[in-house]
Amino acid sequence: MSMDTYYHPKDLGRFAEIGREAPELWQKFLEWYNAVFKEGALTEREKALVALGVAHAVQCPYCIDAYTTACLEKGSTPEQMTEAVHVAAAIRGGASLVHGVQMRNQVDKLSM
Amino acid sequence: MSLLTLVNSRHPLADTATQRATLASLPLARSFEDAVAAAGHEPLRAAGIQVLQINVGKRCNQACHHCHVDAGPDRTEVMTPEVVEACLRFLEASDIPAVDITGGAPELHPGFRDIVRRARAAGRHVIDRCNLTITRLPNYADLPDFLAAHGVEVIASLPSFSERQTNAQRGEGVFADSIAALRRFNDLGYGIEGSGLLLNLVTNPVGAFLPGSQAALEADWKRELKRRHGLTFNRLYTITNMPISRFLQFLLDSGNLTAYMERLTAAFNPAAVDGLMCRTTLSVGWDGRLYDCDFNQMLDLGTAVEAPQTIFDATPEALAARRIVVGPHCFGCTAGAGSSCGGAVAP
Repeated sequence: MSMDTYYHPKDLGRFAEIGREAPELWQKFLEWYNAVFKEGALTEREKALVALGVAHAVQCPYCIDAYTTACLEKGSTPEQMTEAVHVAAAIRGGASLVHGVQMRNQVDKLSM
Repeated sequence: MSLLTLVNSRHPLADTATQRATLASLPLARSFEDAVAAAGHEPLRAAGIQVLQINVGKRCNQACHHCHVDAGPDRTEVMTPEVVEACLRFLEASDIPAVDITGGAPELHPGFRDIVRRARAAGRHVIDRCNLTITRLPNYADLPDFLAAHGVEVIASLPSFSERQTNAQRGEGVFADSIAALRRFNDLGYGIEGSGLLLNLVTNPVGAFLPGSQAALEADWKRELKRRHGLTFNRLYTITNMPISRFLQFLLDSGNLTAYMERLTAAFNPAAVDGLMCRTTLSVGWDGRLYDCDFNQMLDLGTAVEAPQTIFDATPEALAARRIVVGPHCFGCTAGAGSSCGGAVAP
């Protein structure tokens, strides 16, 4: 297999291989994962949009491919999906900025 | 968007044998027949005829990117008066409860209104598969009134409540015209609870992915069309795009064909088999030939050789339990919640 990049799109289809060395843990993960995405207080469409945003926040290319498809299949529009990505980006940006308060605390502590 | 069809652009896929060979060459995990058998079903047979689906021709005022008919303004195939008459006589001599008129844009057929009148006079439920924009053409502005006067169910195509997605599939300006057409239907009582005038919408995914949950999408669509445009409708039908004709061309050109077919095959749902529309539909082509469904019609897969082949030699009895002709494209009707001209089929 060519290893000229770290990520291979076809590897998403091999996800289950991660269960070979720990089948019980894999099974527990799958059951929990599938339960998480079932309709509950949130619809399946809404959950897929949350997942799409998180996929961008954690920058997982497999998750981005998978949840782009899931969002489309569950009826989200590209406009709604783009807004979800902006939400993720805004939280990432905000999370960095809010640490500026820590910076200011340290500045205040060290400064005359 | 180009309004040139595959046929008139001399595209290799205009030849249905090329389409069938393309599908047959894909390395799928199993055949459709094997999938049906593995699910514990006998080979598919018809279970009577509940719907006579008449495809009156390939002429259309639109040329949508996903069209499995390869319909468009440049197509000339139109059902002859003799075939129309044979369809109506077959209907009147039978107890088939519903007639589904499709195309192309079926309303462009000069005999469309006569078909509606005769079928209604025979007491049959009539469905018009309407692209909505036809009602915006000057010569067809009175079409909604005609349909309402005859109590015709309108099944209208609208892939998305998003303007950009709708226009991407169906052509620039189609969304605005479709919204205006829906408003006219609403004004006549179509889609209004208790009016008796049914306005159902059909959505095909705008790309190489499956449709979502019909019930969940219907709720979203009702909310969004009401909120954005003040429109109402009865039911939303989700229909999977079939790997036929122009959607097959899109799959090939975009490099999605193998992955899409693998997706359809992997999503095979045994619970969708019993409700497959081919089991209760008889499809008639513009030239009078018979098919198990409109998709088989567009692949030139006629009814089984031992069954009647044209409307001129058809009897309901000879067709009621006919063997259904299947192929790899049939995975499109069994994927996920299943798909039919009436939307999802799995319970």
